[in-house]
Amino acid sequence: MSAVLRNRLFWPVAILVLLIFGNVFFTPTFLSIEVREGHLYGSLIDILRSATPLALVALGMTLVIATGGIDLSVGSVMAISGAVACLWISEQPDQNAVSGVLVAVGLALVLSLLLGAWNGMLVAAVGIQPIIATLILMVAGRGIAQLITDGQIITINSSAYKVIGAGYWLTIPVSVIIVAIVAAITMVITRRSALGLLIESVGGNPSASRLAGIHSGRLTLLVYAFAGLCAGIAGLIYTSNVSSADGNNAGNLVELDAILAVVIGGTSLAGGRFSLVGSVIGALVIKTLDITIYTVGVPTNTTLLFKALVVIALCLAQSPAFRARITGRRPAAHGKEVAA
Amino acid sequence: MIDLGVRPHKPTVAAVVRRRVNPRHIPVLATLGLLALMYGVGVVNYPGLSNTQVTLNIFIDNAFLLVVAVGMTFVILTGGIDLSVGAVVALTTLIAATLLKAGWPPAVVLPLLLLIGTTLGLLMGCIIHFFEVQPFIATLAGMFFARGLCFLINEQSIPITNSFWVGAADAEVRIKGFHLSLSALISVAVVLIAAYVLAYTRLGRNVYAIGGSAQSATLMGLPAAKTKIAVYAISGFCSALGGVLLSFYMLSGYSLHAQGMELDAIGAVVIGGTILAGGSGYVVGTLLGVLVYGLIQTLITFDGRLSSWWTRIFIGVLLFLFILLQRAVTRRTKMGQK
Repeated sequence: MSAVLRNRLFWPVAILVLLIFGNVFFTPTFLSIEVREGHLYGSLIDILRSATPLALVALGMTLVIATGGIDLSVGSVMAISGAVACLWISEQPDQNAVSGVLVAVGLALVLSLLLGAWNGMLVAAVGIQPIIATLILMVAGRGIAQLITDGQIITINSSAYKVIGAGYWLTIPVSVIIVAIVAAITMVITRRSALGLLIESVGGNPSASRLAGIHSGRLTLLVYAFAGLCAGIAGLIYTSNVSSADGNNAGNLVELDAILAVVIGGTSLAGGRFSLVGSVIGALVIKTLDITIYTVGVPTNTTLLFKALVVIALCLAQSPAFRARITGRRPAAHGKEVAA
Repeated sequence: MIDLGVRPHKPTVAAVVRRRVNPRHIPVLATLGLLALMYGVGVVNYPGLSNTQVTLNIFIDNAFLLVVAVGMTFVILTGGIDLSVGAVVALTTLIAATLLKAGWPPAVVLPLLLLIGTTLGLLMGCIIHFFEVQPFIATLAGMFFARGLCFLINEQSIPITNSFWVGAADAEVRIKGFHLSLSALISVAVVLIAAYVLAYTRLGRNVYAIGGSAQSATLMGLPAAKTKIAVYAISGFCSALGGVLLSFYMLSGYSLHAQGMELDAIGAVVIGGTILAGGSGYVVGTLLGVLVYGLIQTLITFDGRLSSWWTRIFIGVLLFLFILLQRAVTRRTKMGQK
């Protein structure tokens, strides 16, 4: 029992299960999933679908935070990626042409990767603090996204592009499949090779890991580029779902939700350890919370307050100092290690 | 550091300058230099900019940001961060408008607003200190909480018609045909008080000590807990005061006021040369940082051809340049000390 309790994923999973059961209490059909018009349909599927952009951003953010960094620019990168793709498609003679959509997707992803690499370069090569290095792109990126869309909302009418965010493959939403693939590849690469360990070592102690012969600079560049790429894919899913690009509002505040998802998932903001599964669960917790607020019938103007209270409760539940105070015991040895 | 007593026989000019100028002052001086450069280039291109009133307007239009940024400086000096400031500013304007509309006297509303802001900051400080929650997350929750309270109170914009408030909004000092609003004077007073507190009081020295190394400060017997909580309370107070000034400026309370102001405040503090890791920086730098923000906006207004989103791009580019410059300067002084 204590081994289960001590598992890093125990709290996030417990919260998710609690939220879902809370929903079942209010709407008994909450858990039901049916096949309608050839695709899966139900509240749980809604949660999965709406959580996809956040989960992707949180995946990239997890590795960045594992190196002891943070990426505030993900929302802006999302906006830029969506804006570039939609602009390209809107200028095609045939918006439904698959080739045009593929070029748009390719352009957007390469650009996102470069923007992420730019962040990584500032952090690794120039040595700027991550929060400030990415603040630059966060502020300027919004402006760039608005520059691309010329301050307007670009609407497109492309069935091929719509597949990314709103399509289904074998009854499963395509966006969920994309996230599953990205998450699986990331987990395999980080946990089946030494990469994850190296990333954690950079976060634990950058100078020690550099002295131990790890290319901490190269790794840092890599994780920021990856975070950019993830944000880019999230931007595609987001704009594809609504068939329009809004430079001002796309991905607004997503960085805060993503950081929250990562923290809920048990990754320490101080760096040095990470859990990709935890972050995906964290993203699901946040989106379930959003949907719970609707289904339970909490008035929409109290949504944010409710969220704040849950966040505070979550933070306290995960704080070793708080748990020690409640149980009257000193935090366990591994708890101290995290704090240091 | 180690070569005490070993001095070069013929110091170069650069070495003399380096010894005269405290390396800690260099980022602030660099910001001052760039501000002067921007102003100079601006005056050459747009002669209207040389009017003193234009400069005073920068103070008037950014008084609330300046006050908020001063509070942020305290927090960042200890190595923390406060993301809740924009939301607390909005909450203050909304509570002010709501209470004044209900007929509460300003003499009660004003202290109450400042008390609410300070209490919110105090609570966040306590959560950060006692439960060891990271400042980023604790103040993020504070931001959600304050904005959430706003939406709970009212989702509409409420106009302020109270005679004291309108009077305070119009109050200004006139010297030789130039005018400066009451808000601007208050914000400058806040800068002066903060500069005094940081430089000459025990609290100020403790803030720097904790920012330098919280562990060493605790081992030295400095009241780390009190100081850490105090800076968040100060930031909460400054946010509330900034909110009052914004309500003078806008004469309305609205839950969506001051969106993203936390980033403007952090940006201004960083441009002003304060190091985010804590322990080094000055309030005067923050004042310069806010002036840089204001000057960019003024320049873009003067140009007239650029769309509003260029403001963001310019601020991003400037942030980048300032940080690069600071890195270059600090690196060189470190090498010089070796």
